[in-house]
Amino acid sequence: MESKLIIILIIVIGAIAISQLVRVYELTAKLRKHEEHEIPVRDNYLNAMLMLVFMVIQFGGLIYLMIKYGWTGRGPAASVQGEYTDWLLDLNLILITAIFFLTNFLLFYFSFKYVKRPGVKAYYYPHNNKLEILWTVVPAAVLAVIIILGLQTWNEVTGASPKEAINIELYSKQFDWTARYSGTDNMLGKTDYKLILGNNELGLMTEATIDSSIHAMRHGAGGILDIQKILNNRDTVLTDSLVNVLRKDLGTKERLLRLLNQMKATHNPALDKQVYDDIIQRDTLYLCVNKPYEFSFRSKDVIHSAYFPHFRAQMNTVPGYGTRLKFTPNMTTAEMRKIKNLPAFHYVLMCNKICGGAHYKMKMMVVVLEEEEYNAWMKGKESKNFKATYFPAPSAQAVIPAESTAISAMN
Amino acid sequence: MASAAHDVNSHDQHEHHHEESFVSKYIFSQDHKMIGKQFLITAVFMGVVAMLLSILFRIQLAWPGESSDFLNFFLGDQWAPEGVLKEDMYLGLVTIHGTIMVFFLLTGGLSGTFSNILIPLQLGARDMASGFLNMLSFWFFFLSSLLMFLSLFVMNGSIFGIDIPGDWGTIGNGPAMAGWTVYPPLSALPQAVSGSGFGMTLWLISMTIFIAGSLIGSLNYIVTVINLRTAGMTMTRMPLTIWAFFVTAILGVLSFPVLLSAALLLMMDRMAGTSFYLSDIMVGSEMLSNHGGSPILFQHLFWFLGHPEVYIVLLPALGLSSEIIATNARKPIFGYKAMIGSILAIGFLSFIVWGHHMFITGMNPFLGSVFVFTTLLIAIPSAVKVFNYITTLWKGAIVYTPAMLFAIALVSTFITGGVTGIILADSALDIAVHDTYFVVAHFHIVMGMSAVFGMFAGVYHWFPKMYRRMMNTRMGYAHFWITLIGAYGVFFPMHFVGIAGAPRRYYDYSVYGEFDTDSYNMIMDLNVIITVFAIIAAIGQVIFLFNFFYSIYRGPVAPQNPWKSNTLEWTAPVEHMHGNWPGALPVVYRWPYDYSKPGAADDFIPQNVPLAEGEIEH
Ligand code: HEM
Ligand SMILES: [Cu+2]
Ligand SMILES: [Cu+2]
Repeated sequence: MESKLIIILIIVIGAIAISQLVRVYELTAKLRKHEEHEIPVRDNYLNAMLMLVFMVIQFGGLIYLMIKYGWTGRGPAASVQGEYTDWLLDLNLILITAIFFLTNFLLFYFSFKYVKRPGVKAYYYPHNNKLEILWTVVPAAVLAVIIILGLQTWNEVTGASPKEAINIELYSKQFDWTARYSGTDNMLGKTDYKLILGNNELGLMTEATIDSSIHAMRHGAGGILDIQKILNNRDTVLTDSLVNVLRKDLGTKERLLRLLNQMKATHNPALDKQVYDDIIQRDTLYLCVNKPYEFSFRSKDVIHSAYFPHFRAQMNTVPGYGTRLKFTPNMTTAEMRKIKNLPAFHYVLMCNKICGGAHYKMKMMVVVLEEEEYNAWMKGKESKNFKATYFPAPSAQAVIPAESTAISAMN
Repeated sequence: MASAAHDVNSHDQHEHHHEESFVSKYIFSQDHKMIGKQFLITAVFMGVVAMLLSILFRIQLAWPGESSDFLNFFLGDQWAPEGVLKEDMYLGLVTIHGTIMVFFLLTGGLSGTFSNILIPLQLGARDMASGFLNMLSFWFFFLSSLLMFLSLFVMNGSIFGIDIPGDWGTIGNGPAMAGWTVYPPLSALPQAVSGSGFGMTLWLISMTIFIAGSLIGSLNYIVTVINLRTAGMTMTRMPLTIWAFFVTAILGVLSFPVLLSAALLLMMDRMAGTSFYLSDIMVGSEMLSNHGGSPILFQHLFWFLGHPEVYIVLLPALGLSSEIIATNARKPIFGYKAMIGSILAIGFLSFIVWGHHMFITGMNPFLGSVFVFTTLLIAIPSAVKVFNYITTLWKGAIVYTPAMLFAIALVSTFITGGVTGIILADSALDIAVHDTYFVVAHFHIVMGMSAVFGMFAGVYHWFPKMYRRMMNTRMGYAHFWITLIGAYGVFFPMHFVGIAGAPRRYYDYSVYGEFDTDSYNMIMDLNVIITVFAIIAAIGQVIFLFNFFYSIYRGPVAPQNPWKSNTLEWTAPVEHMHGNWPGALPVVYRWPYDYSKPGAADDFIPQNVPLAEGEIEH
């Protein structure tokens, strides 16, 4: 409270002080017969001079930052595609830095040089078609080069992956990432968001997961039967708004149930094995150096963006709509640590599309390993594939934990 | 009324028969000059609010998690308990800051103010084509500003405990939090973030009203420019200001309706259960049955407005500075026709480049290539404008009014911000810097600096026309140099933060400490520097505010043509009157840029001076 008073007091006193100063200034200006719209020669020269000083500060600032952070401060790229991008980025940066220096120099130098001098009239020079054509054509030519080089790289980077590329899915939700390796067959099994349950958080699609979702939708806590029971219970009095909420919820669930039943009818169980060998991986994404990767993305709730700053790769993840991206890491984490001289360095996957309060924390570490290390890690993982985690018991019966219901809308 | 004091007695007819009441003169005024001032004051208020918001979240960025009395003072215990900003409110502040700056300060404020003041006065018209619609356009703007401002105070689905009746706003804390681009599903789902409840509803209602006001205003500007030019004022004798406002208004009329439909569809998704933008979504543990919509559709609609919008913001600033640079360099603007051509080319191209905001949404790479091509084309007319400004200064006789300083700085920042656009337009490079601070640096330098400098230049230059008094020049200088240094200090280092890979809209960059201490040190150091400069720049604006309000009441009385300018507004009497000119309207004989013309006695020849014998036009 006190600090608020002090702040207000300072503001008030400051305002009074300035207004008194201005009055004094104006009175003296009146005495000197100085008119506000007539700029004194001294002021004019001073500002012209400051223009040049500012240019030096501006240029100096840029050069200082460049030297301090080593050109751009972004470190080397860690993927094949990233190296293309960096080459092109450097080229463009050199070009625009040159344009920046040249045009700003002309601007500020002219501002300085051609300040009004008593008795000197400006040069009446309304146009010159040759000059104007020159500075239409030259930028156009430079841009043509930029466009051609840019599109070459763009096609390269966004083009289809080679056949041997390893498929990995990255799944985003508020506020974390989950990776799904495609397992021994290098094929990612089918998914559907309606199948998401406590023990199937990515909504993988097999006959068993469809069945358990149908079951949960009807019988689970907060499922259709539960809601009907509450609505039909004559002993409790429900407020109108609660009844509305429940009816709406019931409608949604009945619709979803219909869709699940359709899914069951058209599902091809022969594809289940594509799902069963998939491996779900949280916290850290392990990649093998020099292997091409094809990433596909799914999002559970809102748009996120998979941003791999060190690999110079980025792609939005959009609910209801799959996206993809490829890159080939070409430097292991250990190598990068050595280059950067940072023993604790990690590659990272960050979220780069505003997605809610904890957006800034939504990340996953990425570790690039040598082939042997990677294979060893993968060996350990294969026994923990989806089949093994989904049917943990020797009996081939899916577990449906009581709390694993999709829905908890009632609260 | 006021005009009676002036020594002119042949009033326009409609001038005689009514005394104006306070309400019709100052509040529901239909006079374009008063409406222009109303726009300006409203925009200045909104600008101050938005600037304050930016200081609040910059404090969090520089000193993440540290307690600050300042934050607690402004945000209270709800949003800054113990003086630490809440995550959600960080996003709310950024969102409302961006929304206000782009729409309320630079669209409503910049083009609303100066289109109103200058279109009739520079064209030699008595007023806008429709005074009534013009008034309506301001009141829509005012109402939408008020709603946007109030949305900052949403708490438990109500404002100051006042509940809004009906079903559409009973949840939510804080203002919209999905960024100024309000991408769904984040903005569509109240479950996803606390600002997507009533705060987002208010955002959408406010923007709907804003768009309606902007459309009415723009139509009026277009009709006025086409129909109400005085005798002799052909299209190719119009000042570049008017060309800029004219093309801006056309862009607004063609693009804002698309944003309106985007907003209406979003409202339907939020309130009526439709699925325009929603498909296969599960928020937390709640499964939605929406299917078939596309969040990307919203982005297409949004950016179909959003890109022209950046030129809606920029063109008026360029127009104002063309006028100011010519006047104060005492030289004709170089390449007048090429300047018009560039404005038209920029206007046209700005409609076919929106996809450059969506390179990494998974759009077809070929479509991306098309947008790369069209976007880079815009660099050509932009370069032409820059070179023409520079040539205008060459061999000039530059007078450094505060307006001139801001106009030259505008050219500098237009270059600095423009060249980084070349990187962002190149889809292959955009992959690496999209949504990072590099983008924030880029758009602040073109919008936050260039366009705002244009606005300041306009205020300093036309203040005598608006308020009949002069602003203090020395304070103008102080304001300019502090603002220029401060703003560069804020936005220049952001390029480095961005290229180092820092995503935007992050509440706390100390997360870098977990994986890359190099980047961590760089980003955290620069964030402190940026915030310190931001505070300096913000304090610099106090000088401006003081000068502005003080001069309205106590500044020295302005002469009729303080800057020795050629355009028609300076031929009108200092005293404001309905109809702008006593007696007949001025007749135009020449273009507006006859400065330092050889053979003339003075270094300027106003547009209403007939050609001397044997004189050729230009
Ligand atoms: C005091 C001066 C200003 C400072 C310190 C400042 C700072 C910032 C910062 C740090 C952000 C957040 C960037 C992010 O995380 O994405 C931001 C966002 C933004 N600012 Fe400013 N800014 C200032 C003035 C302006 C001006 C004059 C404009 C006018 C165009 C502007 C327009 C925007 C926009 C459009 C956004 C994006 C909001 C969003 O991400 O939804 N800012 N500003
Ligand atoms: Cu995210
Ligand atoms: Cu754009």
